[in-house]
Amino acid sequence: MIEKDKQTQRKLLDLIEEFYTQLENEEVPALQLPTRTKANIAYDDEAEVWVYGDRESTRSAKTTRGAYQLLKTSYVVDFLNTQLKQAKSSTLRELYYISENWDLAKFGEQQESDRLIEDLEIVSALQREDFHIRPEEDGASILGPIRVREQTRRGTKTIHCQDDVGEAGYQIPCNVDSLEFLEHNAKFVIAIETGGMRDRLVENEFDERFNAIVVHLKGQPARSTRRLMKRMSEELKLPVAVFTDGDPWSYRIFASVAYGSIKSAHLSEYMATPGAMFVGIRPSDIVNYELPTDKLTDQDIRALHSLLSDPRFETDFWQSEISLQLELNKKAEQQSLAKYGLDFVTDTYLPERLAEMGMI
Amino acid sequence: MAIAEELAKKQRAISVAEFFEKNRQILGFDSAPRSLITCVKEAVDNALDACEDASILPNILVQIARVGDACLVTVEDNGPGIVREQIPRIFAKLLYGSRFHVLKQSRGQQGIGISAAVLYSQLTSGKPTKITSRIDINEPAHYYELIINTKTNEPEIIVERTTDWDRPHGTRIEMEMEASYVRGRRQSVYEYMKATAIVNPHARLTLIEPDGNVVVFDRATDQMPRQPNEIKPHPDGMELGTLIKMLRYTDRQKLISFLMNEFSRMGRKTAEDICKAAAIDPDEIPAKLSHDQAKRLLGAFRKVRIQAPPMDCLSPIGEELIYKGLEKEYDVDFISTTTRSATVHSGNPFIVEAGIAFGGSLPKEDRIDILRFANKVPLLYQQGGCAITHAIEQVNWRNYELNQSGGNGIPVGPAVVFVHVASTKVPFTSESKNAIADIPEIMNEIKLAVQDIARDMKNYLSRKKLLEKRKGKEEIIKKILPRMVAKVSSIVGKEEPDIGPVIAKIMGNILVQREVAQRDDGCVVSIRVRNFDEHARSFKLHELSKYDVVEAPEAKLVDMGDATNLVWKISLGPGEQKVLCYKIECSGTPQLQTPIAEGIDEEVIIGARVV
Repeated sequence: MIEKDKQTQRKLLDLIEEFYTQLENEEVPALQLPTRTKANIAYDDEAEVWVYGDRESTRSAKTTRGAYQLLKTSYVVDFLNTQLKQAKSSTLRELYYISENWDLAKFGEQQESDRLIEDLEIVSALQREDFHIRPEEDGASILGPIRVREQTRRGTKTIHCQDDVGEAGYQIPCNVDSLEFLEHNAKFVIAIETGGMRDRLVENEFDERFNAIVVHLKGQPARSTRRLMKRMSEELKLPVAVFTDGDPWSYRIFASVAYGSIKSAHLSEYMATPGAMFVGIRPSDIVNYELPTDKLTDQDIRALHSLLSDPRFETDFWQSEISLQLELNKKAEQQSLAKYGLDFVTDTYLPERLAEMGMI
Repeated sequence: MAIAEELAKKQRAISVAEFFEKNRQILGFDSAPRSLITCVKEAVDNALDACEDASILPNILVQIARVGDACLVTVEDNGPGIVREQIPRIFAKLLYGSRFHVLKQSRGQQGIGISAAVLYSQLTSGKPTKITSRIDINEPAHYYELIINTKTNEPEIIVERTTDWDRPHGTRIEMEMEASYVRGRRQSVYEYMKATAIVNPHARLTLIEPDGNVVVFDRATDQMPRQPNEIKPHPDGMELGTLIKMLRYTDRQKLISFLMNEFSRMGRKTAEDICKAAAIDPDEIPAKLSHDQAKRLLGAFRKVRIQAPPMDCLSPIGEELIYKGLEKEYDVDFISTTTRSATVHSGNPFIVEAGIAFGGSLPKEDRIDILRFANKVPLLYQQGGCAITHAIEQVNWRNYELNQSGGNGIPVGPAVVFVHVASTKVPFTSESKNAIADIPEIMNEIKLAVQDIARDMKNYLSRKKLLEKRKGKEEIIKKILPRMVAKVSSIVGKEEPDIGPVIAKIMGNILVQREVAQRDDGCVVSIRVRNFDEHARSFKLHELSKYDVVEAPEAKLVDMGDATNLVWKISLGPGEQKVLCYKIECSGTPQLQTPIAEGIDEEVIIGARVV
């Protein structure tokens, strides 16, 4: 067993030792965790990202819910312990299926086991890769003037993300940290929420015309996608722009890229790109460009109100944009720009906006 | 000729039948589905009233059949039947009936209902109504085909003959009409029959739907409802106009005898007090009283204490039968019912009864259903305009664990609320008799009744919650915790620790633990008793020792022959603990029995046997 895995094992077993000690000391087993809500995230001045604050909640065997969570925690640690000993690895989904055999400790849905792994990351100050737990490939991709070297299970490969790939681009691997950046002549990174808009930029050769690295987020971006952008921003000193739909869910996507997500704020330092800028669609774009719109749904409205009290959105820019959107009672998609023709987004909207933001 | 004389030629009396012919919506004949319900309702109301008068357990058949575009409604009962001469007028003359002048609770009152249904049938189908009735097994059944002459409001007999009928007594009515049979909604014949079955648990109702489907609402009891008695008006709430009318038309020659004979609850003493309070001579001739004197008399009614009207004119359903009715028609977890004592509105006695059914298969996300009844008749329309609905809306249901946005309005939850108002005169908002007017006395009684049953429901729910909490905790200690302890111990590779204390902490129980220490001159036994409960606990702890007890500072010793019983009285506040020590003569490990606890529930103590 390699040293790193031994340390991981030690940290996981410490948690179980603690449960045992609690039982020996006639205490009801309990686990302290930071509260994972928007009320408990704080701005870290040094890292310039949002991390968990001081609030903790207790998971105690006094309640049925808490007791189940602790039981499941024990089973998961047992499983991870064995996996580390045997130098094996598994995916999040596999872990969920493995729990089928755990009787009462079985997970009801994958979300639950995913969350428990996140809890263990927080408690141990490690990352799931350390537990030998991998996510599924989510198929997010990049396309742009950069050459990378990837360590694959079939040897080292060098790939130019424009010349050596098809229109689908270079698929971002799970373990981004093993990726090496070689040479590039990119000016900036632009992350796109939807596939339709990403394809529009590729068809209009936006990456070549502006020397841009086009990242496809595929909705809420995976950790690897966020980590990749963070590395390009830090190591290559490239500015990062985020281009999404104009609705509250898209603003959350931007926030998780730029500020760190609430669900995984323990990894913000590792994954958030503090300098990332929001291109649009902005509520003010709806007015200025007279974009085709949809009415806000009740859920949209609730989500927007929730953003208003989210510490990550406390800036004047976001407060006034969100208030404007509530007033308009409308939302617009990225592709609504097609109202002005298929080239409008690459010839006019993006160049104008990016210039305004000082990126080109 | 003067214009007035010209106009006078056109002025003439309007027959009541003609009036309703033109204004049938007033009687509940507006839409096609509603007209059908109204016709069924009028016929069934009559059947139930007739059976009740004759003390017969009702057995009523309702059949709806399609005849071309029209509907054929047949209602048949096993009631006392109707004497031959009366049949035409009862069915084919509006405002002809036996109940209008009588102060007692009955379904029908004005004598409009069934003849209005006949009128509707003849207007929309152009066909006469067919009646069969028989009063005794030894008499023949009579068959009539009738229409109403709307100009005169008199019956016209189309066919009259005797006929064979298999029923020994009863009445059958067949009406063809323009109507539509609907299903699956609140306002339907089916729902009307179901509601009627709930308030008439002594009745057996059968419905044959147009497709031949037979639904039977069976009776829940063989006991007839108590017969209401007829009473005289009560002075409470009497109106001036009514009083003046009574004074003018009475046969009594003296005021005092008028008072004593025309009102209920009016003895000589009370009548004298009233005359005195009104400053009118008791021997005055009633018809000669001036307007001013009548007014003073009315004032005196309010000043003098008069006994509440007799309640035997009312026939409530009763808590038990409402319970049975709800239980029979709904699949629920909890039912509570109440019958309030009788009170008075405008001199008319009334009783409010209420019931609530909760849980089971009732929808959780919808507003509660309200079942409204007046004199045992279901009210299906105008729910929003009814005193019952208004009173329910005014109750703060949040106090009773139902959702109610804004703290008023119809609450949301898996519940059905039943309200029955029984009175010698139910104040309806209109002639179609679908909503009760907002009379403050009635509203107030409804509210009190509903709050009564809602309180019961709340108590039931809090008991249930407590039980669920307890059940959840048992799940923890019996299933989850043992597995967790086994897993944790196997991972760390150590022996499983004693989880008694942890269980006591989770359950909020009393924990008794015993330790024995060996000394040179014997053994010291210490018993540690801890209270993890939120409440103080007092009980007795017994320890049976077959060894000689040398020291036991706080214990009472009882010699049991071959053993000594040590008894401690223990009283522990929440979170408190106590250590009890005693010393025995013994070399080696003593064999001790499990401590015994007395005066405490088994489920709240761990480590001791309860006797």
